[in-house]
Amino acid sequence: MKRIVELIINGEPRDMTVDSCRSLLDALRDDVGLTGTKKGCDVGDCGACTVIVDGEPVNACLMLAVEAEGRTVETIEGLQPGVDVLHPLQDAFMRYGASQCGFCTPGILMMAKKLLDDNPRPTDEDIRFGLSGNICRCTGYTKIFDAIKAAAIEMEAARS
Amino acid sequence: MRRFEYHRADTLEQASRLLTDLGDDTFLFNGGTDLLVEIRERLRRVRHVVDIKQIPGLSDITYDETRGLTFGALVTVGRLENLALVRQRYPNLRAAFASLGSIQVRNRATVVGNVCRASPSADTIPPLIADGAFIHIYSRTNMRVVPLAEFFTGPGKTVLAKGEIVTGITVPPAGDNAGKAYLKHGRRKAMELSTVGVAVSLTMEDGLCNDIRIALGAVGATVLRAPEAEAMLRGTALDAVTVKNAADKAMEECTPISNVRASADYRRDMVGVLTGRAIKQALEAFA
Repeated sequence: MKRIVELIINGEPRDMTVDSCRSLLDALRDDVGLTGTKKGCDVGDCGACTVIVDGEPVNACLMLAVEAEGRTVETIEGLQPGVDVLHPLQDAFMRYGASQCGFCTPGILMMAKKLLDDNPRPTDEDIRFGLSGNICRCTGYTKIFDAIKAAAIEMEAARS
Repeated sequence: MRRFEYHRADTLEQASRLLTDLGDDTFLFNGGTDLLVEIRERLRRVRHVVDIKQIPGLSDITYDETRGLTFGALVTVGRLENLALVRQRYPNLRAAFASLGSIQVRNRATVVGNVCRASPSADTIPPLIADGAFIHIYSRTNMRVVPLAEFFTGPGKTVLAKGEIVTGITVPPAGDNAGKAYLKHGRRKAMELSTVGVAVSLTMEDGLCNDIRIALGAVGATVLRAPEAEAMLRGTALDAVTVKNAADKAMEECTPISNVRASADYRRDMVGVLTGRAIKQALEAFA
């Protein structure tokens, strides 16, 4: 059965007409056209589909689109503060080469955003714990850690 | 994904009716982090899911000194994991919650869902059993409260009858004389199912062990208590020799199988190691 789901995606009210057994991930990618969120394992193991729902990161593959009714969803497409303006995390990931094949990057950026929002100066252990649900198959973790730490310093400097 | 019908229940009664009326392939849909995987990997035949997340009154967390900690069926693992009360009073629960899946999974998964899935390796079950938790069950004719240790009847199987719904769990209060630990042993630290999980909850009085419960995960058809090992420890000062002997007894009391994660022999050895270690960690509360 099709249902109409009203929600807010990246600050804009949207509605999606979806099958009730459709995952939020498939709805975002195929119905809304936001393909930045990646489908890796589709069973909640890899974290590539991480989006932020009502302020909390979740795997979009493990949520039904109908469950997003009335909720606020943030995806990688909404991370940029403006046209041609990158989020400090995106900028740092580019400068540090923290992206190899790039498939895990949107999920890691969303998770890193949440991490820095909650904890502006994370230790290596905090980052390790925060990203433990995101797998980089290229294993480029060192540069990912470097980029997150650099972005944290820049974001803190910008605030003060 | 294999097709199924989605139903949203507004009350427990409605959810219970849907469970009875829609047939055998109908399942409650709570956090969904297990059920959606089982549907996608065709591990479970599902025709209907009944979403209970809109039902009011199932999202509360309360604590008082006489009744203890009570949380509703909709309370996520992440919410409890980050609660100061859980960090301070229930380090065993905190350890289990923080080791389940990933942050993303814990933001959706519920403790009640993990319990009702009744996996022998479920991380939340050993510390809840060691703490003597109770489970609240709704049915259309009455409510019942069951000790969690009596809730499971086999892997994936519980005492729940058709149409019954778990509404919450109560964990007895944690006194100042209580020590608690949960140790999870896996091949890696994150995103891992337990190879063996050992929970110990004990109370001390005048330097002697007043009471102790040991719960063993992933080494039997359900999470097991180790009653003979516990009996050896009660009334003692939990000295190294007694603990070692009791840990050996716990190895005899468990009934592990060999599977993809470990052999039965290895699991049994780890029960011995982890039981001793968990008792030591529980005693650190008094250091």
